[in-house]
Amino acid sequence: VFKRFVEIGRVAFISFGPHAGKLVAIVDVIDQNRALVDGPCSGVRRQAMPFKCMQLTDFVLKFPHSARQKCVRRAWEKENINEKWSATRWAKKIEAREKKAKMTDFDRYKVMKAKKMRNRIIKHEMKKLQRMASKKGKKPGKPEKAVKGKKPEKAPKAKKPEKTPAPKAQKAQ
Amino acid sequence: MAGEKAPAEKKPAEKKPAKKKAGDKKPAEQKPSQKAAGDKKKRVKKYHASRNPTLARGIGRYSRSAMYARKALYKRKYTAPETKIEKKKKEMPRATITKPVGGDKNGGSRVVKIRKMPRYYPTEDVPRKLLSHGKKPFCEHKRRLRASITPGTVLILLTGRHRGKRVVFLKQLDTGLLLVTGPLAVNRVPLRRAHQKFVIATSTKVDLTGVKIPKHLTDSYFKKKRLRKPKHQEGEIFDTEKEKYELTEQRKADQKAVDSQILARIKKVPQLRGYLRSTFCLSNGVYPHKLVF
Repeated sequence: VFKRFVEIGRVAFISFGPHAGKLVAIVDVIDQNRALVDGPCSGVRRQAMPFKCMQLTDFVLKFPHSARQKCVRRAWEKENINEKWSATRWAKKIEAREKKAKMTDFDRYKVMKAKKMRNRIIKHEMKKLQRMASKKGKKPGKPEKAVKGKKPEKAPKAKKPEKTPAPKAQKAQ
Repeated sequence: MAGEKAPAEKKPAEKKPAKKKAGDKKPAEQKPSQKAAGDKKKRVKKYHASRNPTLARGIGRYSRSAMYARKALYKRKYTAPETKIEKKKKEMPRATITKPVGGDKNGGSRVVKIRKMPRYYPTEDVPRKLLSHGKKPFCEHKRRLRASITPGTVLILLTGRHRGKRVVFLKQLDTGLLLVTGPLAVNRVPLRRAHQKFVIATSTKVDLTGVKIPKHLTDSYFKKKRLRKPKHQEGEIFDTEKEKYELTEQRKADQKAVDSQILARIKKVPQLRGYLRSTFCLSNGVYPHKLVF
């Protein structure tokens, strides 16, 4: 039922508070509500932090309990947590949300045009397949999945290509 | 009366009609006052002793009028050289003007006073107003411009017949209104004035370096014209007001001059033309306070 546990070395994401948005490693457990926490590579000093503001990630580091910061840092860099984190979908979603909030009016227009173009292409292909299916009787709809996969690459010539696939990728789920 | 100086003080050889007289000579009796202007050089300047013997300190024997007679000032009336005053005095403002008058039997012209007497005197005097400071007329007000609005910024108009349209900002006019253009070919907004408060400034900017806006585009150029010639009776006044706006050739020419420069720059930015053609609107889930413009 539960897959991620609080343990020594568990990397956690801080969801609110002064260090919101940063990653830390749990070094020790103080009591039922607090943990000693350290984030040498993410700019969080070693401190006590309530569990409530932490969200556990999939990453676990290996170091003994109450290890000093140098050891935590070594373990962190050995596992390359920062890169692994930015490769997860979780981090990508956060980044996409930030980008969307920073969109200016012009960007919103460009995204609207891009989405419109994309939807038109999809609809066009769908209609083609439907026509073929209705004409030739039962035709399994295999090609449509391949068609959907192609769409995010058709980024328009807008200046923010990384932004447009990101919101489009969310919508395509 | 300490009128005259002792003659021993002044060296009369140095007689120049200059104002180099030291001390307490009366200003009316300057040296150039000699009647014998001709024999300046020969005549030795001699000053008379005081003609008013003192009785006690500060008190003379003779009165002012007696001294006037004793010093023969009735013969010695001098006027200062009048060149500058004469010149100023010559320029008296014109009091009347001659105006032509129409009609056959009216004699052609009349002499009319320029400054006429008041035709009404109020029965009660207006009380004197207290002094105030800092109350300036509109023409002297300080005009401000938001930092987000610079030449070339794309603005979203919020009021007026062009509401929702995105428009390029050119410059701020003297009254503080913003001069703005569509351009006309893009979204049918001509050269027009917009109010700063009823406009959203986006962060999108068109590069307007080197664009020359004609100097004659001022507030008076854009002001609505009202003709004031109520020669008609009551029933006909409402007909003759020019309600329809007529497009003049000058407006077209100015529009073309400005737009041709701007359109070239708009074409350089991809998708900007389409952006200016679109209108701004809110829909579900879109909150203006959360949007970044």
